[in-house]
Amino acid sequence: MQRIAVIDYGMGNLRSVSKAIEHVAPDDEVVVSADASVIRSADRIVCPGQGAAADCMAALRDHDLADTILDVVDSRPFLGICMGFQVLLSASDENAGVDCLGIVPGRVVRFADPLVDEQQRLKVPHMGWSQVSQTCEHPLWSSIDNDSRFYFAHSYYCVPDDTGVITGTCRYGHDIAVSVAQPNLFACQFHPEKSAANGLQLLKNFTQWNGLV
Amino acid sequence: MGLAKRIIPCLDVDAGRVVKGVKFLEIRDAGDPVNVAKGYNDAGADEITFLDITASSDNRETILHVVEAVASQVFIPLTVGGGIREVGDVRRLLNAGADKVGINTAAVIRPGLVREATEKVGSQCIVVALDAKRVSASGESPRWEIFTHGGRKSTGIDAIDWAVKMAEYGAGELLLTSMDRDGTKVGFDLELTRAITDAVEIPVIASGGVGNLQHLSDGVLKGGADAVLAASIFHFGEYTIAQAKAHMASESIEVRG
Repeated sequence: MQRIAVIDYGMGNLRSVSKAIEHVAPDDEVVVSADASVIRSADRIVCPGQGAAADCMAALRDHDLADTILDVVDSRPFLGICMGFQVLLSASDENAGVDCLGIVPGRVVRFADPLVDEQQRLKVPHMGWSQVSQTCEHPLWSSIDNDSRFYFAHSYYCVPDDTGVITGTCRYGHDIAVSVAQPNLFACQFHPEKSAANGLQLLKNFTQWNGLV
Repeated sequence: MGLAKRIIPCLDVDAGRVVKGVKFLEIRDAGDPVNVAKGYNDAGADEITFLDITASSDNRETILHVVEAVASQVFIPLTVGGGIREVGDVRRLLNAGADKVGINTAAVIRPGLVREATEKVGSQCIVVALDAKRVSASGESPRWEIFTHGGRKSTGIDAIDWAVKMAEYGAGELLLTSMDRDGTKVGFDLELTRAITDAVEIPVIASGGVGNLQHLSDGVLKGGADAVLAASIFHFGEYTIAQAKAHMASESIEVRG
């Protein structure tokens, strides 16, 4: 039995995430915690999150979790979801500019206003089910068809400096990076915990991943 | 390869039980929200909306247990509306496992609540529900007003102005119900739907009046809706979610397969 910690910094749909992981890994222990020592002792770590970037970063710092994440992120499998992906970048344009963790160099930017694709105006937030192109092979894509749909709900998106880290893209106005990977790290803009069978498969893959890209 | 238009079944929940019945799903207990939600999830619904119509304040906590139970077993987005009065109510529902919370009357009483809530939990979690009723006489250019209390109480607020204001206050999405059409099965008020979708940049869910599958398509193609919500046509087994998607796909609407 392994222990999977879901980082609780008071922002977002923690229960959805923990319940989905419990569902795909019934033999594992899933703990939702804001306690740095609990997180450091876990075998795998999931960082979910919703809300505004400034609030999320403030909450992470208040709970002494920013340093904890920096310490643990390359030593065991780590999954960032939605805002838990965005906080990994260097900085976000949200809330007039917020410094983030800098684990994945790059910026978080807002969709253009208006956002137009082929003469069609697109709504922001990008909310709903979009197809994700798997731009490279990765253990977390195992048993998931390329171009499967995942559920998104966001107004800002990540632009990594190094396009080599990108593992998935989707088109919303233009191609955007929706997942990245580094050794022991996978992060996605979409919500696997809300993406029905495909999302559950990705979470299951994470619980079995050895951390190698 | 774009964003799929969503089909959302809506369930009324009273004191923890689904009311008005759901008759088609092969489920043991058609009043149990978990059973019903699982049934719709398995049927391919893109999202589920629960409207808590519990009148008694004694039973207000019940919806939290419902949401917890559903969120443990259903892994598609769950929106919960009804009885939201303060940011604390929003937080409690999100913590219980809801993904989005619908605010209706409380926003009319105190619009600032929408701003407070979106600043706290993010726009993507806040759906503002608009109940609109046509108030223009025939022959006049169309005009709709926001009503509360199930369409009985006029607020005097212009529906389009209200939609724009709620988007400015940070709403992530609008759930637009035509009170003229609700329950009539004659189709959405497409003029209203188009007027609202043209006025705002955020997604709009059309609701009220669906009686057949063409109505769903019309909501998207003529009304410009990003998602369509229906209750009775699905609950009573007149059409399945799969039939609805097949019909929309036949009209070149992108849906999640």
